[in-house]
Amino acid sequence: MHRFELVRATTVAEAVAELVREPNARIVAGGTNLVDLMKYHVMTPKRVIDITQLPLKTLHESVGGGISIGALVTNADVASSAIVQLKYPLLASAILAGASGQLRNAATTGGNLLQRTRCSYFYNTRTPCNKREPGTGCPAIEGPNRQHAILGTSEQCIATHPSDMCVALSALDAAVRVVGPHGERLIAIADFHRLPGASPERDTTLAHDEVVVAVELPPARDTMHSYLKIRDRLSFAFALVSVAAAIGVTDGFISSAAVAVGGVAHKPWRVTEAEALLIDRPPEAALFVECAKRILQGAVGRQYNAFKIELAERAIARALTQAVNGTPQSQSVKHVR
Amino acid sequence: METGRHEISLTINGKTELLNVWPWVTMLDLLRGPLRLTGTKKGCDHGQCGACTVLIDGKRVNSCLTLAVMKNGSTLITIEGVATEGALHPLQRAFIDFDALQCGYCTPGQICSALGMLGERPALDAESIRELMSGNLCRCGAYDQIVTAIMSVANADAVAVEPHASL
Repeated sequence: MHRFELVRATTVAEAVAELVREPNARIVAGGTNLVDLMKYHVMTPKRVIDITQLPLKTLHESVGGGISIGALVTNADVASSAIVQLKYPLLASAILAGASGQLRNAATTGGNLLQRTRCSYFYNTRTPCNKREPGTGCPAIEGPNRQHAILGTSEQCIATHPSDMCVALSALDAAVRVVGPHGERLIAIADFHRLPGASPERDTTLAHDEVVVAVELPPARDTMHSYLKIRDRLSFAFALVSVAAAIGVTDGFISSAAVAVGGVAHKPWRVTEAEALLIDRPPEAALFVECAKRILQGAVGRQYNAFKIELAERAIARALTQAVNGTPQSQSVKHVR
Repeated sequence: METGRHEISLTINGKTELLNVWPWVTMLDLLRGPLRLTGTKKGCDHGQCGACTVLIDGKRVNSCLTLAVMKNGSTLITIEGVATEGALHPLQRAFIDFDALQCGYCTPGQICSALGMLGERPALDAESIRELMSGNLCRCGAYDQIVTAIMSVANADAVAVEPHASL
């Protein structure tokens, strides 16, 4: 690892001030992504700001009837929280679908939001990468791109966002509370991660001098859910495709629907028009396929990832079926039913 | 602002150590280097294999992705601290009894990980154990025996597993 300074922030304001002071500074909390990236020399911050002493470790019910998850609450603690399991089981399921027990014990909510892509070119400093080194090119577009994006890509970057948690947060209409030098703001999850466009080096709309302090979830809706993750091995692998489905059925007709797809884009992918197709119609397989095809509209497959288009369509239809049947995908028993 | 080396205190297997560490030193390198606790293994050094698993404040983590400087005041258990007063921990006994290893390189991490896992969740079946132990790779492929060994301890009534059930 390269040499860097470490400072311990004792207040959020102090962490923000450190970021303002040093443009080449990075926040560290769980360290599971940043330390790894530093070992590969992908990220080489001059100063690392340890925020683990900040009072952002609680998960509690918020005034509006939702919940607020402190940025430093670990992935394991979110997934095992009684209120999350009861009211937001989709979130608990998505988190348990990701990483390993050890990583979930260290990784934090804020860090999960801000984790970088697992694109092998991004990780390999001997290859060009527009995300790591803007302007050098994207070898993934013509190279081995099995893991890469099929939606919302640009000529600069076809990386995917690797998180499972964020796919569920997208379906749950979460918001991210951040603090910067000019105060606090709330960013809708849909606006937090961004598409690569002409500046793939930016994963999110978070400014350099802002710190994530919490994730806010709106009051839980009365929905059925499933988090279905398809990957190359049964556990501890990033998604080829994942689906977070939340669907409400009233008197035999669909009353609400949210479908977010992971592993296919630079951010969790949601198409509200596709969800609208489901409303006021009876839940049935053909309708779910229609919805899935609408979500995948415009998808571009490349040499090694074109399979993801059909895989995603089928996974979406399957996840919606699992949800309405009341049989959400188990994250320990991996048979897909 | 603190720069340079940092003084930290760690309680490792019951013994408190005062250490001066550079920020970039991982807990794994600190354990295996200056502290000479080489039971914890370095496999991939990137959080993918689990060979470096230790318990920090009762929770299993990858020591290779942990900056030691960030764990000031923590309590650690490494494989060297799992047996007490010369008596093997039931998990260690089970790994031997069920032949849950071949080369043994992943074993310290497997045992520390299993110890942490047993504190996280009660009532474990084989499929759940496989899933919850997926952060520990075994290149010899002793998975079936590892799962059997852990199950034997998880389901043994009178066994006192370390009470790490803080989750």
